[in-house]
Amino acid sequence: MRILVLEDDKDVGAFVVRGLKEAGHVVELADNGRDGLFLAASEAFDAVILDRMLPGGIDGIRLLETLRGQKNTVPVLILSALADVDERVRGLKAGGDDYLAKPFAFAELLARVEALARRGKGEGPVTKLVVEDLELDLLSRQVKRAGQKIDLQPREFRLLEYLMRHAGQVVTRTMLLEGVWDYHFDPQTNVIDVHVSRLRQKVDKPFPKPLIHTVRNAGYMLRAEST
Amino acid sequence: MTTQLSLFRRPIEAAPGASTRRLLRSAGIRFAAIYAVLLSVSAAALALFLWWSTAGLLDRQTEASIQADAQSLAERFATGHVAALIVTIDERLAQNVEDDAIYLLVDRAGRPLAGNLQHWPQGAIENDAWYELPIERAGVGSRAVVEAFTLPGGFRLLIGRDVQVRAQLRGLLTDALLWALLVVLAMATIGALVVRSLFRRALANVSDTAMAIAGGNFTQRVRLAGRGDEFDQLAETINDMLDRMARLMEGVREVSNAIAHDLRTPITRARARLEEAAAHAESVAELRSAIERAITDLDDIVAVCQALLRIAEIEAGSRRAAFAALDVAPVLADAAELYGAVAEEKGVTLSVEGPDRVPSYGDRDLIQQAVVNLLDNAVKFSPPGSAVRLSAKSIPAGVEIAVADQGPGVPEAERERVTERFFRGETARHTPGSGLGLALVQAVAHLHGGTLRLLDTAPGLTAILTLAGHEDTAGRG
Repeated sequence: MRILVLEDDKDVGAFVVRGLKEAGHVVELADNGRDGLFLAASEAFDAVILDRMLPGGIDGIRLLETLRGQKNTVPVLILSALADVDERVRGLKAGGDDYLAKPFAFAELLARVEALARRGKGEGPVTKLVVEDLELDLLSRQVKRAGQKIDLQPREFRLLEYLMRHAGQVVTRTMLLEGVWDYHFDPQTNVIDVHVSRLRQKVDKPFPKPLIHTVRNAGYMLRAEST
Repeated sequence: MTTQLSLFRRPIEAAPGASTRRLLRSAGIRFAAIYAVLLSVSAAALALFLWWSTAGLLDRQTEASIQADAQSLAERFATGHVAALIVTIDERLAQNVEDDAIYLLVDRAGRPLAGNLQHWPQGAIENDAWYELPIERAGVGSRAVVEAFTLPGGFRLLIGRDVQVRAQLRGLLTDALLWALLVVLAMATIGALVVRSLFRRALANVSDTAMAIAGGNFTQRVRLAGRGDEFDQLAETINDMLDRMARLMEGVREVSNAIAHDLRTPITRARARLEEAAAHAESVAELRSAIERAITDLDDIVAVCQALLRIAEIEAGSRRAAFAALDVAPVLADAAELYGAVAEEKGVTLSVEGPDRVPSYGDRDLIQQAVVNLLDNAVKFSPPGSAVRLSAKSIPAGVEIAVADQGPGVPEAERERVTERFFRGETARHTPGSGLGLALVQAVAHLHGGTLRLLDTAPGLTAILTLAGHEDTAGRG
């Protein structure tokens, strides 16, 4: 994927660019608002990682508003040291699709930006999610694996749905808390792991090949091939 | 500090040589000037009224009596012609005790026929008009107000009143009023000075306090005069404001101390790990694992910072803008669902009680987080086989959320302090946590005009979080 990184801090910028490249993406970096706006407006990207405080006369919010004013719908993840709820709301109102506060774990950034870029390419509403021999029917709310019906609690269903919608991508615990539970803070106890392990009991354990994988220091991934 | 103070003082104490513009900018001078102008204007209005009701009245009376004279003399002329008129004029002059009446009747050639003037005065030419002229009567000069009339047959009649006395009176009055004006000016000046000094004295109290605080003495407060007037009200408001600022500063100081102490430990740990690895790690794997552990330590530090900022954000009250009506029941159900799995793993039974709907008013995210923090604690400290009960109900003051566990509880001595930032009880020493959970719950409670109480319900602890469930009472904390 082609990702534009707008970050003025050299160390953070280099760290993000290198990480994204290692993950197999094509990355452009701009360290000021003017160049950033020019790049974002003139070239096609799958996602933009935007720092809010940029030099060059155009800060992140202005840049984003300008982009949206030009009907540019590229998915934008705002990466900022301004972590207040108010600031978050401002960023999202200006047209941001996701907001990640600094300091951040790279795995979290990667997972979120990949999810965003993928979401930008959605092919309209789906009624059925399929990964390997696992099927999730969104209409009848039934889950089958290898033709065998699996009974899930409503929340387990939503958890599996989220994982399947992001199949092949890393999904962090924070993303699950936000996406499945609509909680915008991290509880002290790691409650997500227990829920995922229960889901595994039902979805993976009775079958020879596991689909839900733990990604160390990052989160989980539901994918067909175990590597 | 002294230079700063003198800078501060300068605008208030205008030096004698200061420019007029600076004088005009002084509110004290402005009020004084307003007082002086008001006093002068009212004195002038009073003088005008006095003038109108004395000198003016005399003028009007003179004119009225001349009019009456003219009326009756005209009638006399109409009935008895010139002869009768002459007789009447002579009679009137004879009867005029005050000796102020002036009559002159002349024929076509201007010869006097009757009256007490030797000749027709210079200037009194037009008919039906008032003249105030110098006249000479029996060789004595005087002043008179006269009106001339032309009678049929070429006769001309002059009727008037000697106004010498009145003119003297008017002169006296004018003098008196001029003197009064001087007195008023003097009084206005004195009054203005008094007003200005009163104004400055009223302000000095406040500005002394402000200066003391600007100079670093935060204990100084504005003195109350005890009269309960507007200045006292202002003083009280300012004192309340200063008290609140002092409390906030105290809070900030506590937090910075807490940060300095409590972040030192994880930072020391991370630093030690990195230094140890840099000096002694023998393989890349060893080095990497040390770095990863240090990153985990840093993440913990970040989490603590975020929790602190969030508490500060809640305490600042800026989130009241996001308040809305909400139902607490599903918040509890969601939290129980989220922790249900963890509780079950630990062998703890988790149950939710209460009505289907518990309407309240507030910030959903914050209430959610407060409930989760309480539940997190309850589950964390619950021994296997015990129960955690989560309940909510509407009470007259709003909503009451209770989380009851059967854990070790909190000793009486520590119960007051567990809501302080970073406080961790003896029993909590060895469980993970930042010591900020309950501090956040309390901040949320205060933001919603409620409280957090911890009750000993042996065995165990019950945390009771109340929220003022209404728009008008929420957010007074």
